[in-house]
Amino acid sequence: METYTLLRAFADSWMLLALFTFFVGVVIWVMRPGATNAYDSVSRIPFRHENAPVSDTGPASEED
Amino acid sequence: MLNYIKLIALGLITFFALIAANYARDLAYLVNALTIALVAGGMFVWVLRNTDEPADTRDYSNEYMDGVIRAGVIATALWGIVGFLAGTFIAFQLAFPALNFEWAQGYMNFGRLRPLHTSAVIFAFGGNALIATSFYVVQRTSAARLWGGNLAWFVFWGFQLVIVLAATGYLLGATQGKEYAEPEWYVDWWLTIVWVTYLAVFVGTLVKRKEPHIYVANWFYLSFIITVAMLHLINNLSIPVSIWGSKSVQLFSGVQDAMTQWWYGHNAVGFFLTAGFLAMMYYFVPKQAGRPVYSYKLSIIHFWALIFLYIWAGPHHLHYTALPDWAATLGMVFSVILWMPSWGGMINGLMTLSGAWDKLRTDPVIRMMVISLGFYGMSTFEGPMMSIRAVNSLSHYTDWTIGHVHSGALGWNGMITFGCLYFLVPKLWNKERLYSLSLVSWHFWLATIGIILYAASMWVTGIMEGLMWREVDANGFLVNSFADTVSAKLPMYVVRGLGGVMFLSGAIIMCYNLYMTVRRSPAIQADNSAVPAE
Repeated sequence: METYTLLRAFADSWMLLALFTFFVGVVIWVMRPGATNAYDSVSRIPFRHENAPVSDTGPASEED
Repeated sequence: MLNYIKLIALGLITFFALIAANYARDLAYLVNALTIALVAGGMFVWVLRNTDEPADTRDYSNEYMDGVIRAGVIATALWGIVGFLAGTFIAFQLAFPALNFEWAQGYMNFGRLRPLHTSAVIFAFGGNALIATSFYVVQRTSAARLWGGNLAWFVFWGFQLVIVLAATGYLLGATQGKEYAEPEWYVDWWLTIVWVTYLAVFVGTLVKRKEPHIYVANWFYLSFIITVAMLHLINNLSIPVSIWGSKSVQLFSGVQDAMTQWWYGHNAVGFFLTAGFLAMMYYFVPKQAGRPVYSYKLSIIHFWALIFLYIWAGPHHLHYTALPDWAATLGMVFSVILWMPSWGGMINGLMTLSGAWDKLRTDPVIRMMVISLGFYGMSTFEGPMMSIRAVNSLSHYTDWTIGHVHSGALGWNGMITFGCLYFLVPKLWNKERLYSLSLVSWHFWLATIGIILYAASMWVTGIMEGLMWREVDANGFLVNSFADTVSAKLPMYVVRGLGGVMFLSGAIIMCYNLYMTVRRSPAIQADNSAVPAE
């Protein structure tokens, strides 16, 4: 079988299925139990550590 | 020790660039070689002067690396002016061909200035905005200083060098003839080095993050950096004709080359101008509104849907060409589906303001961000519609396409970048507030009305010329000659140029306002009292 036909057949079938399954998996994963609380916390990341990083050595900066 | 290696490398580069200038086969190559020799030679002297000086041993790990972001903000504003000015000028060149001056033929005519305009606004203005904001966001959301020390500065200056080499090359005639990928082979190679370094700095910072979760904006930035690297490498597979000349030959030919080009071209829109700028939205809109993003779940679905769909949409640029029908249909279908994640993202951004809509009345910066999302929504509806084959048969090759691009680029990319600059400058220069909010309002209205003039005139002229081209009389003969459509378009071209003048004036007002913010606004008072936890 020539390379084009082989790759084309693979792309049309298994690869399409794999990508679609991955996407559906992501949607289900996002809706998992407990996700709302977890995402509520991480959605506030932009409001922490505004002025200085968390240092390895020095005292922890700001809140959180 | 490192300095000696640097000196040897810089000396060799300078030497080689001078040899290249000597053997140069064309003017663009000569000028680019001299530019490289000048830059490398200058850096040689600078490194030499700093060699064996006492090293700076202070510990910076307790602070963010903001110097390179400040430089990026300045570069964004200045390149923006250059790009908008070039665009306004070439708009008037189309309306009044006499502006293609006889004495500047071959350098400043429309064909030479047009890639200068597109690259200046997309890569110089947009690219600097993306690099600067990504460095800002990745540090704040990772609670870590940028990885790699001065590598971030290398990325910044390396990118400026790409811009200068590309721009001078365009004016002197070095081009691959690929839209948005015009720079010739040696600029492509240099950009590859700079881009891989950029990826390393970004990922390195993510790796040493102190925040366990990678915030969604970083996902968008990362997809932008990786995809642009992939697009750049594959669309620029070319063999130089000579190492002493700028000309190169593409590896792909014919319809494969066309497909590769528009796979690149559309994903430059999708990942450079969309994913990267959505990353800005996911950080700066919540910051300016003072509330977290409307739905974090939606942001994750938005991300995966967008990157899974965008990559397939390119063939809609090649309807009714030698491209096989199935490929064009695939591109069309994916473009239509893409409407959904685009609007998902827009809704997520807009609804972040729910409960804080009153800020629209008092804060012109948030107004700018909101209207950018409005233009994003409008152009991501218009795009899928234009990708449908039947609509495309009317719209393709007309000014409607140009209008569509500009409602996205000026409205979405421009406005969100202005919003970010207004947010960043007071933060980065430690100022309490902007110099003048009323100047922000002036900028807002000038830019908005300018975009509306631009988009509306291009709709009218685009549909008009599309209809004129296909009009046939009772005997099946074409009614209009091409020149008829050109003369019919003159009024709309003048209106478009005026829209550009308004957009440019708004940007100049912004630069003045930001400059005065740095010079005149009161600094934030040092505050030693304990800050209550939020």
